[in-house]
Amino acid sequence: MDEFVNLKATELRLGLPGTDNVCEERERVSCNKRTLQGVTENETESSMMKTGTCPPRKAQIVGWPPVRSSRKNIIQTKKNESDSEGGRGVYVKVSMDGAPYLRKIDLSCYKGYKELLKALEIMFNFSVGEYFEREGYKGSDFVPTYEDKDGDWMLIGDVPWEMFVCTCKRLRIMRGSEAKGVGCGV
Amino acid sequence: MNYFPDEVIEHIFDFISSHKDRNSISLVSKSWHKIERCSRKRVFIGNCYAINPERLIQRFPSLRSLTLKGKPHFADFNLVPHEWGGFVHPWIVALAKARVELEELRLKRMVVSDESLELLSRSFASFKSLVLVSCEGFTTDGLASVATNCRHLRELDLQENEIDDHRGQWLNCFPQSSTALTSLNFSCLKGETNLAALERLVARSPNLESLKVNRAVPLDALTRLMSCAPQLVDLGVGSYENEPDQESFMKLMAAIKKCTSLRSLSGFSEVTPLCLTAFYPICQNLTSLNLSYAAEIQGNHLIRFIQFCKRLQRLWILDSIGDKGLEVVASTCKELQELRVFPSDLHDEEDNDTAVTEIGLVAISAGCPKLHSLLYFCKQMTNAALITVAKNCPNFIRFRLCILEPNKPDHTTSQSLDEGFGAIVQACKGLRRLSLSGLLTDKVFLYIGMYAEQLEMLSIAFAGDTDKGMLYVLNGCKKMRKLEIRDSPFGNTALLADVDKYRTMRSLWMSSCEVTLGGCKRLARNAPWLNVEIINENENNDLMMERNEEDEREKVDRLYLYRTVVGARKDAPPCVTIL
Repeated sequence: MDEFVNLKATELRLGLPGTDNVCEERERVSCNKRTLQGVTENETESSMMKTGTCPPRKAQIVGWPPVRSSRKNIIQTKKNESDSEGGRGVYVKVSMDGAPYLRKIDLSCYKGYKELLKALEIMFNFSVGEYFEREGYKGSDFVPTYEDKDGDWMLIGDVPWEMFVCTCKRLRIMRGSEAKGVGCGV
Repeated sequence: MNYFPDEVIEHIFDFISSHKDRNSISLVSKSWHKIERCSRKRVFIGNCYAINPERLIQRFPSLRSLTLKGKPHFADFNLVPHEWGGFVHPWIVALAKARVELEELRLKRMVVSDESLELLSRSFASFKSLVLVSCEGFTTDGLASVATNCRHLRELDLQENEIDDHRGQWLNCFPQSSTALTSLNFSCLKGETNLAALERLVARSPNLESLKVNRAVPLDALTRLMSCAPQLVDLGVGSYENEPDQESFMKLMAAIKKCTSLRSLSGFSEVTPLCLTAFYPICQNLTSLNLSYAAEIQGNHLIRFIQFCKRLQRLWILDSIGDKGLEVVASTCKELQELRVFPSDLHDEEDNDTAVTEIGLVAISAGCPKLHSLLYFCKQMTNAALITVAKNCPNFIRFRLCILEPNKPDHTTSQSLDEGFGAIVQACKGLRRLSLSGLLTDKVFLYIGMYAEQLEMLSIAFAGDTDKGMLYVLNGCKKMRKLEIRDSPFGNTALLADVDKYRTMRSLWMSSCEVTLGGCKRLARNAPWLNVEIINENENNDLMMERNEEDEREKVDRLYLYRTVVGARKDAPPCVTIL
């Protein structure tokens, strides 16, 4: 009998590849080879994985997923940055003159000024008036403004939306006489 | 036999450019073989160890353009040791010695040294084009030699190479008289760039059609570059992590508007949403878009951008676009031929709901009838989806699906994905390249062997149950050229069943499978025209060879075999044993 022909290899069986292999033999291959025999066994196995001595399955497989190092590095950088910033979203504080406390909103949730202003109106229960390019907001005592990266207080709506999202540091809904100084042509 | 003089036949052969066809011509008769080989200008060598430079030059004395590939594909994923081989130096030495009038050199996964580049630059007076893909071993000093000495350089294209950036003045080395550049790509360089030198170079290159800069080229420099090269067809931008002020933004937009020939856009390793909007004016002209390095951009910005790109034929994107984004692509990009969706999160986190699933893939297949090439990383897949995709797109040439979690079954039925992939190979009669993933049994290989008649390259990972799987493929796929397998239970039986099959293939890779040292040794004995390489990273292989018979049962870590006419290579490192 040819000793190189592995009879076991041609054996018909239902198990998944490598279920015969013990973890120690193949340190570089993931230990997480589940059987086909049903969900409960999988659950048991994965909970075993969590408490057992096998290291976390995702970190272990060399060269998987098949992505070049140059791409992996980028993803890692992005992950680190967003982890340190506390997640996605462009959160800015919103204050309203006369309101006892501030709110916070995520600018990236909105597609444009219309949506944003609508959300603010609902949040603070006020009306913002109509926007005119030359005169600013007319028809209301309330004027929506924002502080940009340079520290200046600007009228919301003047610059393209994307630029606004990038440069806005905080929002303030001005009220009454103070609002008169903001915007042009007032 | 020949009714025409040789010159006429040679002229007829000039119209035949495909390597396959020219190879076929050379087999017709001795006379045709001679005419063909003496007139052949372009040669493609898929495995640099299958032949040696001396024999190449002997056969093709009129060689002008050479393409060489070195390391096996899995080297891209760190499965091949750095020192494995694939050195271009002996080739350049031989070509120089024989005074070949080399004009073009294209290398993939080879080791290139500064010394090689220097020799190259000095040896070939008509040298015009250097394309290096996934190569390593050189620095910007080597680039400086090329810039200095290759007086007629038209193309310098560096894609995804590992280059040691000495932050030197290589761009300054292009002489004033150098005005012939048509293509310059240095996007993979990591260091700073001499912006003034770059601008001067671009300004004096009226034929420049393709320019891809690296991260270090800031926005205002890009604006100036585009302003003096409005004829650009292909642009790779740098990295812009800060939003521009209004004035810079307007200037950029104005410069972009002038580039009416722009068809291909890439780069964007960091880009703010605002910068992306500056490119809106030329979106409708774009046929190729690569945003796959823009990890910062959220899906909604990507979607907004793509909505303008109605003529897109090629799209490389991150999965942050989401299924919804792919639905937008499907309804917008009716000319789409090639799609690559890369993972933006490698760890398959449960809360990542913006990645793509089978839904996005089905949408694309339904909306883009011209799609023929796909690379798709996703969290999950179903047989039903794959069957639908096969029905919608029977024209696939390349179908590469990577489900991030190994062995993952159909998430709705918990079954294997055999039927899904089976449908793909059955419907796509022209399929040449296939990558499998997910839970797969021997059955999928039965289907592949039965239906995938044109399949040339197959990538297998964590799949199959027994040697039968591999045997189905080896017996069935007559056109198989490259087979690469990892972490699958195929062993000696499959490896040794039909040794002559490897005559018709370029190479076979098997790692973390069931083949043993004894099996490999036996194969090497039966097939002296094969190089059977065993790669063991941490072992001294001389010691391994001395061990007794028992260790012949030891499983082989990594096996790489390939046909060759020049025998075992002499440049193998200690971790590689050639049996």
